[in-house]
Amino acid sequence: MSETRIAIAIACLMIAPLAGAGLAVINAGLGRARNAAHSMMAALCVVSVAAGMYFICGRAFQGFSGGHSYVILAGGKPWDWIGAEPWFFRGVTTAEPLLAAWFGIIAAGLTGLIPVGAGAERWRLGAILASTALLAAITFPLFAHWSWGGGFLTQLGMNYALGRGYLDAGGSGPIHAVGGLTALAVTWIIGARRGKYSSEGMPMAIPGHNAVLVLSGCMLAFAGWLGLNSAGAVLFAHVEPGRVPLIALNTLLAASGSALTSALITKIRFSKPDASLTANGWVAGLVASSAGCAFIAPAEAVIIGLVAGALVPFTVELLDLRLEVDDPGGAISVHAVGGIWGMLAVGIFGRFEAGDAGQMLAQTVAVSTILGFVLPLTWLLNRGLDRVIGQRVRVDGEVQGMDLYELGAGAYPEFTTHTDDYR
Amino acid sequence: MRIAGFLLLLSGWLLVVAALALLPAAGARVIFLLAGMGVELLGLALAFRSHLAPKEDRG
Repeated sequence: MSETRIAIAIACLMIAPLAGAGLAVINAGLGRARNAAHSMMAALCVVSVAAGMYFICGRAFQGFSGGHSYVILAGGKPWDWIGAEPWFFRGVTTAEPLLAAWFGIIAAGLTGLIPVGAGAERWRLGAILASTALLAAITFPLFAHWSWGGGFLTQLGMNYALGRGYLDAGGSGPIHAVGGLTALAVTWIIGARRGKYSSEGMPMAIPGHNAVLVLSGCMLAFAGWLGLNSAGAVLFAHVEPGRVPLIALNTLLAASGSALTSALITKIRFSKPDASLTANGWVAGLVASSAGCAFIAPAEAVIIGLVAGALVPFTVELLDLRLEVDDPGGAISVHAVGGIWGMLAVGIFGRFEAGDAGQMLAQTVAVSTILGFVLPLTWLLNRGLDRVIGQRVRVDGEVQGMDLYELGAGAYPEFTTHTDDYR
Repeated sequence: MRIAGFLLLLSGWLLVVAALALLPAAGARVIFLLAGMGVELLGLALAFRSHLAPKEDRG
């Protein structure tokens, strides 16, 4: 690895944690005031637990391309299933594995933050941390190995001539789709907030408490995404450092196109643009840009953003109204749907050398894997956890607010608290 | 119904993996891949349907 690549990767990884800071602030703003401190506390603890579990065994399971792993032969071809590196970061001494571990530890934390938004206001802090431990130790490293660590999805090109194998520079799949589907599994398990649905199944709108926090979080997240997408592309997709400006442009254009589309759709449908859906549109654009940021032209990034921004309001409504999935942070629409769209977009828009016609199939196999393997796995893990420790807070905790119930103090002690209608 | 949904999701994925490992012809591989995705979508629909709250738990 050249010194230039190392320097670029270090610079990008320095700002990448801002993506997590942005998501944490967005999640806090989209919840009610009585849960704000709990949301931020959960975010901090999630990042810490994810870092710990990734350090203990996550990195060992993720491995890295060319490292030790478990391989089986199927149909005469090697299928690399899981990394077999030493635990506790042992043997990580040279620049490339160190940088990959640094990226991985940030990515594991970011993945863990995604379900926090979906389970807001009724997910116990202890359960959040236990669920994050499973995510950072098993689910995330497994799919990250298949995507970035030389696993079977990256081997699809070599084994079956499916383009260059699964490509995902910044983590639309391993970070966002995995996090978003974990959010879906968690909301299925813990159920909706009290009072969210009437006895006829009609949803009640429960607005977030601070639009300023939400929109500021978008700006923080954007800075982090620039680092995340660029570092991922340099480390895992092996793009030249000279392409980093293109990655930054694509990231910004996708987010902008997506936010404007969400704003326009909500303006047409509700006569005024909706701030929280526009913010979710912005993040969905960032999410969708991640996989293909290094392989597409700027005009294509705009199209990816336009589609992501159109998907957000419709999937939020579909989940809320029809499927009765209560996701206060919009994590499923933004990260699962946006992430899967980003994975497929590489196959549609990716620009590769001649002979890469099978790229779309490789991306489809990755989407199939995340839906058919990762979703049942994460549901099973969280269901097991629910049986053991119970993931949902007790009724009085939900009525009182998670801040007072679990932390003993509110986020805004000097503010007058009014009784709300969602008891 | 809930478990059936997740089993269908898993079956669809196994169909995709088996198509890659066992079928040498590109055309047949694509057809089985799409069939596997179809089974997965069916499983996803069933999983969503099974997680709708029972009427007595609402409100």
